Amino acid sequence: MEWSWTVVEAVLPKLAQGLIVTIQATFVGAFLAYVLGLGLALLKMSKIKVVAWISYWLGEFVRRTPLLVQLYFLFYVLPDLGIFLSPFVAGVIGLGVHFSAYTSEVYRAGIENVPKGQWEASRALNYNSYQTMRFVILPQSIPPMIPPLANYLITMFKETPLLSAITVIELFNAANIYSNSHYKYLEPMTLVGLFFLIVSVPSAYFAMRLEKHFKPKSMRG
Amino acid sequence: MASVEKIIEFRDVSKSFGELQVLRNLDLHVNAGEKLALIGPSGSGKTTILRILMTLEDIDTGHVLIDQDYLWHQQVEGKLQPASDKHLHKMRENVGMVFQQFNLFPHLTAIGNIQQPQMLVQGKDKADAQAKGMDLLKMVGLEEKRDHYPHQLSGGQQQRVAIARALALEPKIMLFDEVTSALDPELVDEVLNVLRMLASDTDTTMLTVTHEMNFAREFADRVLFFDKGQIVEAGEPKEIFSRPQEPRTQDFLKKYIAGIA
Repeated sequence: MEWSWTVVEAVLPKLAQGLIVTIQATFVGAFLAYVLGLGLALLKMSKIKVVAWISYWLGEFVRRTPLLVQLYFLFYVLPDLGIFLSPFVAGVIGLGVHFSAYTSEVYRAGIENVPKGQWEASRALNYNSYQTMRFVILPQSIPPMIPPLANYLITMFKETPLLSAITVIELFNAANIYSNSHYKYLEPMTLVGLFFLIVSVPSAYFAMRLEKHFKPKSMRG
Repeated sequence: MASVEKIIEFRDVSKSFGELQVLRNLDLHVNAGEKLALIGPSGSGKTTILRILMTLEDIDTGHVLIDQDYLWHQQVEGKLQPASDKHLHKMRENVGMVFQQFNLFPHLTAIGNIQQPQMLVQGKDKADAQAKGMDLLKMVGLEEKRDHYPHQLSGGQQQRVAIARALALEPKIMLFDEVTSALDPELVDEVLNVLRMLASDTDTTMLTVTHEMNFAREFADRVLFFDKGQIVEAGEPKEIFSRPQEPRTQDFLKKYIAGIA
């Protein structure tokens, strides 16, 4: 096995295209995960017991089943029900829905970690529920949510190779297609790993900085 | 204060938390401007009275009236129904509360904590709310701390800001729920002094749940001794503290003096 720069040169443009798809899928998927997760969190905290219960188990179901199976379902089973999605659309929906189950826990924990006294003070001052959320609860719960939400973005980025299973030509699949047709695995796969590292390591460092930045000062009182 | 207007009325009020009954058929009248001290062993229901008045707890049976109007009920076509959110919101304008744990908003400065409720609830503009806030900070002796966040203030200072915040909305009734219990001993007096000043300078009705008996004695027009969800004994401070009639009151005060209660 010998490293060939010719292979590197041939595969790089394809990998670059794949990387663009990977990044697009990550960001669109994350956007979905953040928005759907917020909705799911609100449902989980609903005062209506049935709604809270159903949304809790919905979240558990999504979290406790593999993303790969969910992707297959979206891309290969839904057409049987007359719903046809492009590989990319099915992929980002899968990523978004799967990780919304995780982000919803971040939102829920963030809100529930605000001490009960803050809700009581808001009521004693005669704030309505919107004012309580907007001016008291969210300003205290959003900063601690940011680092874990950023971490899920990195995790989603790392999970994107699963989209290759439903024929999305993202970074890994781009390399895989080249490898399979040229029987060259060393260079493409090394480069894929390298690409992931180049993006992941600085992002993880950045997320760590966020965590430090948003570490609550004494929140007592 | 010659006023005999009843500002608070509890009529046969009961309240349980699960198995535990915290108020038993309670009747209580408070006159406008009166300063009341509620004393008694913990779990006797004193704090629950304040929390019901602040609408933090509802009642199981009976009626509570503030200023002749039902708190937890409202009259619809001559019939009493459970109060709507709107009714509760209106009734809450009469009442302000200061908590044991201060409950200042940690993301706002001292002045911000006092300013924001006036703007959100009373619709005041920022300049007015700030002017009023500065007056109140001056009154509690903290004008130079206006831009400090709660975590930069001592417990006593936080509690004084919390008092100013509640006063800013000008409630007719102020509730003080063990406001010095979470404080280091050397910080208790700076908070009690503010309460003493309020008691002598304003005609606000004040209800104070406290374990500071010396303070209760000088502050209150009337002292209520609670035990097991009922008022065991009520009267002027000198009667309660010097000549308690009920064995349970005598027992409690004896323990208090011995430093147990």
